[in-house]
Amino acid sequence: MSSATERYYLPHNSYWPILGSIGLCALFVGFARLLTGANIGSTLMIFGGLIMVLMLVGWFGTVIRESQSGSYNQQVGRSYRWGMCWFIFSEVMFFGAFFAALFYARVLSVPWLGGEGGEASTHLFLWPDFIAAWPLLQLPDASQFSVAKAPMEAAGIPALNTLILLSSAATVTWAHWALKAERRRQLIVGLILTVSLGLLFLALQAYEYRHAFTELNLSIGSGIYGTTFIMLTGFHGLHVTVGAIMLMVVLGRSLAGHFTPLGHFAFEASAWYWHFVDVVWLLLFTFVYWL
Amino acid sequence: MTESVHAHADEKPPGLWRWVVTTNHKDIGTLYLLFALLMFFIGGSMSMVIRTELFQPGLQFTDPLFFNQMTTMHALVMIFGAVMPAFVGLANWQIPLMIGAPDMAFPRMNNWSFWILPFAFSMLLSTLFMPGGAPAGGWTMYPPLVLMTGDAFPYLIFSIHLMGLSSLMGAINIIVTILNMRTPDMNLMKMPLFVWTWLVTAFLLIAAMPVLAGVVTMLLTDRFFGSSFFNAAGGGDPVMFQHIFWFFGHPEVYIMILPAFGVVSTIIPTFARKPLFGYASMVYATASIAFLSFIVWAHHMFTVGMPLAAELFFMYSTMLIAVPTGVKIFNWVSTMWRGSMTFETPMLWAISFVVLFTIGGFSGLMLAITPADFQYQDTYFVVAHFHYVLVTGSVFGIFGAVYYWLPKWTGNMYNERLGKIHFWCSIVFSNLLYFPQHFLGLAGMPRRVPDYAIQFTDWNQVSSIGGIGFGLTQLIFVYIVFQTIRSGSKAPARVWDGAIGLEWSVPSPAPYHTFQEPPKLAEGELQHEGT
Repeated sequence: MSSATERYYLPHNSYWPILGSIGLCALFVGFARLLTGANIGSTLMIFGGLIMVLMLVGWFGTVIRESQSGSYNQQVGRSYRWGMCWFIFSEVMFFGAFFAALFYARVLSVPWLGGEGGEASTHLFLWPDFIAAWPLLQLPDASQFSVAKAPMEAAGIPALNTLILLSSAATVTWAHWALKAERRRQLIVGLILTVSLGLLFLALQAYEYRHAFTELNLSIGSGIYGTTFIMLTGFHGLHVTVGAIMLMVVLGRSLAGHFTPLGHFAFEASAWYWHFVDVVWLLLFTFVYWL
Repeated sequence: MTESVHAHADEKPPGLWRWVVTTNHKDIGTLYLLFALLMFFIGGSMSMVIRTELFQPGLQFTDPLFFNQMTTMHALVMIFGAVMPAFVGLANWQIPLMIGAPDMAFPRMNNWSFWILPFAFSMLLSTLFMPGGAPAGGWTMYPPLVLMTGDAFPYLIFSIHLMGLSSLMGAINIIVTILNMRTPDMNLMKMPLFVWTWLVTAFLLIAAMPVLAGVVTMLLTDRFFGSSFFNAAGGGDPVMFQHIFWFFGHPEVYIMILPAFGVVSTIIPTFARKPLFGYASMVYATASIAFLSFIVWAHHMFTVGMPLAAELFFMYSTMLIAVPTGVKIFNWVSTMWRGSMTFETPMLWAISFVVLFTIGGFSGLMLAITPADFQYQDTYFVVAHFHYVLVTGSVFGIFGAVYYWLPKWTGNMYNERLGKIHFWCSIVFSNLLYFPQHFLGLAGMPRRVPDYAIQFTDWNQVSSIGGIGFGLTQLIFVYIVFQTIRSGSKAPARVWDGAIGLEWSVPSPAPYHTFQEPPKLAEGELQHEGT
């Protein structure tokens, strides 16, 4: 690590951002064309996705090279730590929007549709037979939806997944202790365990989704219960995937010997992100599956 | 400074590539400001269509659908394309200069947060030429109406995702710069107020933009993937959209005004030649406004149907905002009290901001009264209110900032006489434009309509004359800016007699790289010292 008195590292002209903009634009325009039934939508999406992968690999690769060449002083390290903290805070707010939707439906809109509170006119005039319940299976007007047969049980795979994710939080902390104590073998083993548990979680969730779609007929189109279930667990699964990829990169860099007991921001950032994903899962398990 | 060692730092690719790949905060600040100016004119031309159509009752020039596309796009372009990027541009230029930092904390990400915007707005503006036209359901995108948008719908959603991503990265960059890049002597309570207001604004952005991203994603899945967030038949609720949207939307309006507060708090002490009155109370007021902004959202939806307790809570919490805002207004007035005042163009904008923003604040208080709001909801009174706070507030704040710092950016003085003409024409025409809209709204004229009852004709004509005048006046501004870039008398390092702060310790124009070594704070270097 360089001393704190050196200048703050300022990168010069970079082509990665404009490449990222082109990639994002292609990705989104492609998706929009796909959704509106226009041609070359999926081609454009694949093109944009590839550019994004190229950009991310290139950009992060540049940052890793700069870091390894000792260009970053402690102040740069603090910037990265602050940046990651605020990024995770923004992710908390993103999930907050979907949890807000869940609670709004459970506490307000579904009971109101069932005739509670002062909003009873929808109940009286539109759907007098509707009975509020959660998980909501009998919809106010089922004609537009594919009604689910049963809700997802909390016991079984979800409970097992909770155990898996909590264990992975423990293994990543165990790896962190090893990194700080320069016990390389334990670091590698801890990271391999963490990544494996993450992938196991994803595999079990994929199995659970198959169960939901095929046997329970529970999907995003099954009314507000299916909607919140799929969107919350889906976005969470996406974040687990991202976290697992981050940890795999960290594992690779650990094997290459990039980290020192004092300088391992990438490890810390990935671990923070992993813990964040873990906390979101605990809330999901409590409010989506269990209660 | 050892410039020779870092001479390679000044290598710029020739021509336009320089602007595409730059990581310099001054270059990126300039890009943001020019982009905002372009969007100001695109959004402005849409408002010209609106005011032209409204000059007379009946349908003259547009069909109602196109008119609604204009109101929707005007708002989206002005909010996300003009006002927000203009403030981020000011932050890019000024924050490193004001806190003695060599650049922003993440220079490459800084480039990306700007260069997403041209793509996002190309996507948004391209919807004007799509089957079904541009989005026409209002910038607030309430379902189920917005779900009836034609092919433009996914482009609307994705352009908002991109704008949100840009704002988010910009905000993280600014907040980390402020927290980590200050010159060692400058603790938080020594920061210039513009930096303080941006710190709070960046926090608001990081908290609010992901919520917007989430809620528009729900719109997308409701339209294309069969989800029922906003569909009562499946147990959802269209009103839920409004709650989540305004949880973003209300912090958003402070995102657009707090940096202007910072600008005014910088300009007034300079031209009153007195330290800012009540620096600490300004900081606490800014933080209080930010906190309150998260618990007032439902005042945008009093008439939608809410439990009485909620109506009352949101009424009182909204009125509470008048307290910290009042602290600010009185502090600005107290700063001017017995000051050695001069009235250069930036000061004129700042004073007009204090007066006209207060008018907008008062009409806001009227709207906060729930029973009264049942009358005002969706009328031109609301239009008048938010244009007073956003145009004579935010936009005038931006104009003041540009006149104040333009000599520092370009090294040339602007034409003071033309600046004053720009100011006085703007003042007269903007009041002609917006003040009559109060009367129209109280008399019952609804917003977002291309046609109206005959009794509203007189004030609409006055408003339209003001509108066209205000629009044409802004051409003077463009002329002044580009004239100043090209020519004009040389500006000294300390451009203004009473200007205090680190940005005035570097030459004009500010060199490409400044404060490569953290500067020492000289005695009296900060504006509020001496209070």
